[in-house]
Amino acid sequence: MTGKTYLNEDYRLGSWFTTTDHKRIAILYFATLIFFFFVGGAAATLIRIELATPGPDVVSADTYNRLFTMHGIIMVWFFLIPSIPNTLGNFIVPLMIGARDLAFPRLNLASWYLFVLGGSVTLYAIFMGGIDTGWTLYTPFSTLYSNSYVSVAVVGIFIAGFSSILTGLNFIVTIHKLRAPGLTWYRLPLFIWSLYATSVILVLATPVLAMTLVLLVAERLFGVGIFDPRIGGDPLLFQHLFWFYSHPAVYIMILPGMGVVNELIACYARKKIFGYKFVAWASLAIAAAGFLVWGHHMFVSGQSLTASLVFSFMSFIVAVPSAIKVFNWTATLHKGTIRFDAPMLYALAFIGLFTIGGLTGLFLACLAFDVYATDTYFVVAHFHYIMVGGMVTAYFGGLHYWWPKITGRMYPEYWARAAAILIFFGFNLTFFPQFILGAEGMPRRYHIYPPEFQVWNVLSSGGASILAAAYLLPMFYLGYSLFFGRRAPANPWGATGLEWRTSSPPPRLNFDQQPVVTEDPYDYAHAPEPQHV
Amino acid sequence: MWRQWIPFWHEGVSPYGGDVDLLFRGLLGASALVLGLLLFLVLLFCIRYRAGNDVDRENHEAKSWHWEIGWTAASLIAFLGLFAWGAGVFLKIYQTPADDLTVFVVAQQWMWKVQHPGGQAEINALHMPINRPVNLVMASQDVIHSFFIPALRLKHDVVPGRYQSIEIEASRPGRYHLFCAEYCGTDHARMGGEVVAMRPADYAAWLTQQAPSSPLTRQGGALFRQLGCSGCHEGSSRVHAPRLEGLYGKPVPLADGTIVIADDKYLRDSILLPRSQIAAGYEPVMPSFEGRIDEAQLLQLVAYIKSLAAVKP
Repeated sequence: MTGKTYLNEDYRLGSWFTTTDHKRIAILYFATLIFFFFVGGAAATLIRIELATPGPDVVSADTYNRLFTMHGIIMVWFFLIPSIPNTLGNFIVPLMIGARDLAFPRLNLASWYLFVLGGSVTLYAIFMGGIDTGWTLYTPFSTLYSNSYVSVAVVGIFIAGFSSILTGLNFIVTIHKLRAPGLTWYRLPLFIWSLYATSVILVLATPVLAMTLVLLVAERLFGVGIFDPRIGGDPLLFQHLFWFYSHPAVYIMILPGMGVVNELIACYARKKIFGYKFVAWASLAIAAAGFLVWGHHMFVSGQSLTASLVFSFMSFIVAVPSAIKVFNWTATLHKGTIRFDAPMLYALAFIGLFTIGGLTGLFLACLAFDVYATDTYFVVAHFHYIMVGGMVTAYFGGLHYWWPKITGRMYPEYWARAAAILIFFGFNLTFFPQFILGAEGMPRRYHIYPPEFQVWNVLSSGGASILAAAYLLPMFYLGYSLFFGRRAPANPWGATGLEWRTSSPPPRLNFDQQPVVTEDPYDYAHAPEPQHV
Repeated sequence: MWRQWIPFWHEGVSPYGGDVDLLFRGLLGASALVLGLLLFLVLLFCIRYRAGNDVDRENHEAKSWHWEIGWTAASLIAFLGLFAWGAGVFLKIYQTPADDLTVFVVAQQWMWKVQHPGGQAEINALHMPINRPVNLVMASQDVIHSFFIPALRLKHDVVPGRYQSIEIEASRPGRYHLFCAEYCGTDHARMGGEVVAMRPADYAAWLTQQAPSSPLTRQGGALFRQLGCSGCHEGSSRVHAPRLEGLYGKPVPLADGTIVIADDKYLRDSILLPRSQIAAGYEPVMPSFEGRIDEAQLLQLVAYIKSLAAVKP
């Protein structure tokens, strides 16, 4: 390869930390997120080791409570929410729409610094002694009863929230203003539609979290009576405010994954996504309806029966657009020309795991069953099927798919397929037994449990060790490919989309000439043939 | 029996336990159907249309709207059916408790304290007769807890600052798990015990064996005098305070013109926050007892005032 790319234009470390290039900022985010993924993963490992036996034998109750809190806080706010938007999104969005960068490059860098600052403050809270409230921070436990570093951790989350808001803002403006000539809304790849919907939620919901956290700290530090009934507050007010953010946050975490899967399925089935417009609008429908379902976390909290009925109804409604997407992906496979490269294996795994996660979501939306299953392992299994089986699987799929574009190198295909298959089996062995535990009535956040639950816990811990090994695999072969991988051509998969029209890795300003779009999205009838293997 | 086919599933033993179990089976069946169909199609397409397999790929569906309308409508109808089913059973679970046998439950870090009307008290255990609805009045001393009996398919949060009333009923004698299901701090996982459902005769025998100090209402009465409540609310007091005989369950006109029913919550609020709801025609002179008595004593007072309902003022 000759010529300057965004990677080799300047090798000094300082050029990375002051860069305004969306591609380099994506890499900065990527490195940061890998770190947090392993911190959160380490907590999960200790949790699964402790739960292999019914008794308290590895960690104390207080340590266990800090572990699951740390796992939740790190994984939700410092891995899942920024995962696809801030790494793949940051890198790919301007390339996909034929722009030279995001609309506000400096704001983009500022958002990374805010993220690192927020993450550092939260890590400081963890290393000072931890926080034991659960990631949900329920009052009045978090305000007046917990003796851990709640305020510090909350400040960290508060700061990281601004990073989310800035990213959301940046994407919305970029998608509106910087599309290449000819790239109309209905010619946009569905990844862009899903990130647009995600950004809308980020901008509208995150401020509510920020306000809630300010109120929490006001009560904890200054005794202002907001949530604790002894000083005139209402504990349920916190839950309403918290879930008003945190349920939409679930869609922040899954919509980008759905977006990635659209790209993968279209590319490896070599067909236009079936029902493109329905899939596109389904993203926005999910974003909108997702704001009206928060009360389904509170069916047994003592909110009125009428409220529970309405929230249950809305939760079934919000499931419809998700179902539409799954049906459309399946229909896309019909009469396709399907290749089973590693990214496609992840996409197919996503369909299966997301469907199980979605269907069990209906169980929990169903009032009478939720009374039984809420706060049991059934819930834990359900949201891990969405968050890990869905989002993390899509993230790995997208990472492999765009890896040649990002690094300019091809990864070893057979290792990648092996890792994908191993992740799939490890994941199911870890989390499927947890559905059964929940159906048997085992409550969550328990570090000891009655002995009759042990069999399923042992299976789950066994699966977790496979899953941990499988997640480590890509570290090795992707790391290997950085130095020894074959040089990647501009478009190894024969994919449509503007990001494949520039070299791999792209030059500093993405395109040598301003691309112009004249065809519909996913026009695989006229796409070049794949060049790999 | 079909239940042996799902070895992990133990039958619910409450009156609506069968309904919840049936709902679960319905959800499982519907999900298995959808998931099975989906996986079948994905697998079929993946095998048939794999690259290199020479099959007809011409004329694939291009017009998609009738498919979209079809599966959107089908999902919607199925979802609405499941919603209605779940909501119907839900309303049955949380029906308004019949004022039958009332047992008081106080949750605190990290134990369940149970007080029976006869004065019997127990910790992390609840003895109850079978086939008789038991009205649980629950309060929390500190943070949010959640009262969860898996075998009865029932759970309800116990939120500080308010009373939660739920009705429970067991249809078979046995010992069942009692869990705290809302994370509440260090020993959350140890905050459990058992619910012992007994035949009525065994239950009566258990009650007498417990040798209570005195019935709950009498304990409440003693407290009523000890705290000085009786000085104003009883006999020929010089202070103009409402009489409490015959009060419980009756409408109370308030100074602001509204009318409330004197239920458990009203009594509790009047003791802790006496100035928030002033009875019409009285001066707001009562001191707050917030912080001076705990939830268990509060429940005893409420039980005593309830027992005055039958007394003619």
